[in-house]
Amino acid sequence: MADHTTAAPPVLSIRDLRVSTCGREPVEILKGVGFDIAPGETVCLVGESGSGKSVTSLVTMDLLPQGELCATSGSVKLNGEEILTATPARTKTLRGSDMAMIFQEPMTALNPVLKIGLQMDEVYRAHRRMSPAERRQAALEVFASVHLPDPPRIYDSYPHQLSGGQRQRVMIAMALALKPRLLIADEPTTALDVTTQKQILTLIRELQEQQNTAVLFITHDMGVVADIADRVCVMRHGEMVESGTVEEVLSRPTQLYTQALLRAVPSLTPRKPRPEVTGTPAIEVNALEKVFQIGSLAGQLMGRAPHRVHAVNRVSFRLAQGRTLGIVGESGSGKSTVARCVLRLEDPSAGEIRIDGQDIARLRAGKALASARRRVQMVFQDPNRSLNPRLRIAESMIEGPLNLGESRASALGRAGELIEVVGLPRTSLQRFPHQFSGGQRQRIAIARALMMDPEVIVADEAVSALDVSVQAQVLELLADLQAKRNLAILFITHDLRVAAQICDEVMVMRRGAVVEHGPAAEVLAHPRHDYTRSLIAAAPGRDWDFAAGRRLEVLT
Amino acid sequence: MLYYLLRRLLMAVPVMFLIALIVFLLLRLTPGDPAQAIAGDQASPEQIAAIRDSLGLDAPLTTQFTTWIGNMLHGDFGNSLISQRPVLEMIGQRIGPTLALATVAMILTVIISLPLGVAAARRHGGLVDRLVMSLSVLGFSVPIFVIGYVLIGIFAVHLKWFPVQGYKPLSDGIWPFLHRIFLPGLALSSIYIALVSRMTRAAMLEVLREDYIRTARAKGLSERVVLFRHALRNAAIPILTVVGTGFAMMISGVVVTETVFNVPGLGRLVVDAVLARDYPLIQAIILLTAGTYVVINLLIDVSYALTDPRIRYQ
Repeated sequence: MADHTTAAPPVLSIRDLRVSTCGREPVEILKGVGFDIAPGETVCLVGESGSGKSVTSLVTMDLLPQGELCATSGSVKLNGEEILTATPARTKTLRGSDMAMIFQEPMTALNPVLKIGLQMDEVYRAHRRMSPAERRQAALEVFASVHLPDPPRIYDSYPHQLSGGQRQRVMIAMALALKPRLLIADEPTTALDVTTQKQILTLIRELQEQQNTAVLFITHDMGVVADIADRVCVMRHGEMVESGTVEEVLSRPTQLYTQALLRAVPSLTPRKPRPEVTGTPAIEVNALEKVFQIGSLAGQLMGRAPHRVHAVNRVSFRLAQGRTLGIVGESGSGKSTVARCVLRLEDPSAGEIRIDGQDIARLRAGKALASARRRVQMVFQDPNRSLNPRLRIAESMIEGPLNLGESRASALGRAGELIEVVGLPRTSLQRFPHQFSGGQRQRIAIARALMMDPEVIVADEAVSALDVSVQAQVLELLADLQAKRNLAILFITHDLRVAAQICDEVMVMRRGAVVEHGPAAEVLAHPRHDYTRSLIAAAPGRDWDFAAGRRLEVLT
Repeated sequence: MLYYLLRRLLMAVPVMFLIALIVFLLLRLTPGDPAQAIAGDQASPEQIAAIRDSLGLDAPLTTQFTTWIGNMLHGDFGNSLISQRPVLEMIGQRIGPTLALATVAMILTVIISLPLGVAAARRHGGLVDRLVMSLSVLGFSVPIFVIGYVLIGIFAVHLKWFPVQGYKPLSDGIWPFLHRIFLPGLALSSIYIALVSRMTRAAMLEVLREDYIRTARAKGLSERVVLFRHALRNAAIPILTVVGTGFAMMISGVVVTETVFNVPGLGRLVVDAVLARDYPLIQAIILLTAGTYVVINLLIDVSYALTDPRIRYQ
């Protein structure tokens, strides 16, 4: 951590920054934001979506969308130089050399049609006079410094040939190639798995220490804040709510909003186990397998062996009514494929899926499968995309029941009741998805699943796209519905904190196989398998007790 | 990739056969009799019958069809009913000007419409954007012969920069060739300029919203590099599709432009052949057109893989 007593002039100094939308009726997006970042210091901007964190970073980089947002007053100084009044040519020179930025989504932040080497090369060509051989050499060195394996191969690859973690390393390499004084990281690990996130955070810290970079880190994850911040600024609705050192803000928050944010962070300590239920399980999966074959029929005829991927390998579990099973694992672990098989969105290659005793794994499409599908309903990850934007909420909700032969009037009646059950007014039925917030849309998605009167709900990362406070509300709603309707919930998540709070049992998957399965309290508190341990170790902020507001002695 | 190309070419065989069958039947179903056309209005029924017999038009349709297909497999596409010359030779004479016209028109299209589309997208809603959009409406709505005569009026008659009409092959020298083909090429390209610049603008607007464009700007790259290297290549696929199919459409005949500028191309040959019910000629031209489409579509698909490394064929 940096030493704040040194009087080094700040690298970035923002004072009373105000940003509004352009046009006849400007709406103020940033209402007087200000903070400093010293060399070698990490300042975390925390806040929920719409709080203005990203706008702050874009103003600094002079990358505000033209004609949409404009800075109206205040000052942004980089090494004492005013950015707001600088010419576009000057900020262009500063970007990439004196200040650099890493973005949230490594999958889309690199140009898919250009080789990594060329995209790296551009940074040098734009800012330095170097020969092609020197540029290549410099690029390979930076790739090595961000611990990318086999830099020459990476140099000649296209983005789609690299994993998410590797792409984020490439982004970091490009950002730090010219040793900028200021690095802005906008949610750089949100889209990554926990173990990759841990590595990337460590890497940023390591390079920061080497180059004494000032880091502006934007995140909504309090765990990440606890791990990396020196100072924290909490933002809400374009205003700075609270700021201070990480210890001050996390242990002695003075503002109600900060306190609420911290309270909403789920604890890693598993909740108290609920009594076991005996009787026929609502869903029972035996030795489920799914093998994907990649290769054309013509290729097979010509004797080429198809490429086989064992996405799910002999997975078995039982889930009783009224209970929740969490499937946790990183991307590619096969957890979503299990969910898709249970819903028969994929055809399992082998094994049984018994819903209330009936094996649906072999049912052919048609009536039998349709009625089996009614009993298992899904809530998807991204409520922005899982609701048809052109359909009114009522139409989206009654589509399933109409398909099963219910009359329109009775389906609409039930839709009205259910939309109130999930906490929205009945008038919502006549509106369109874009008129709701993310949390409200997820409530609608839950109501839509309930329309089919299912016995099992499969929630695939159902709260991952939501802000923590909204996340807590949606989880509460699910728990409430589960208690009232005796639902079995299959909860798929990569977030161990969420799993700890709502699951009775946890199943840890890696590369298609189950590595550990047991009561949540057992698996998360006393993991047996190394992989589970590494997952728990990588969970951000695990040495911080958010409820008590203090650092924990790190458990080993 | 090679395997993919071979497979696509093999798949073209049944396509061509079906087209041949449909063309053959359609021509026989349309009213009009070639024998009547050859013999003229004054001919007696006996004379017409004799002509029909000599042309093989009396044979059952199945026999006519199999003979035609069989001969084609030996490279014999038959002789014109009217001029008695081999149709391949007749097409060969006419394809040069058409191909030249289409190529020049497409080159002009690409040179003019890509910068226009990019400039319009760069300042969405700005002056350039509105200007380009209005011009493209003009390009779509004004008939090509009007554009042709306006161009002739201004540049040939008034300014005397170009000849009014005519065509010289490339073998007569590059200058006389370009001098005569430029105006018809420009007239022909007008509608494609409108289409492709709109397409480029739409595709660029989509791409400019992408995260990697923001990344490119964050690296401090110049606007030109961001627009042309980072954005345009990602916007290429719809543009390539329009340019490719547009080229195929031009090759299959540009009657109006050829007529206005008196270019001896395929389009006018088709019209003459249809008016005279010259079955072998019509059939051969349509098959040629279909073949062009198959090849150009294949080239379009190959160009996708060349511009976007994520597309791989096997």
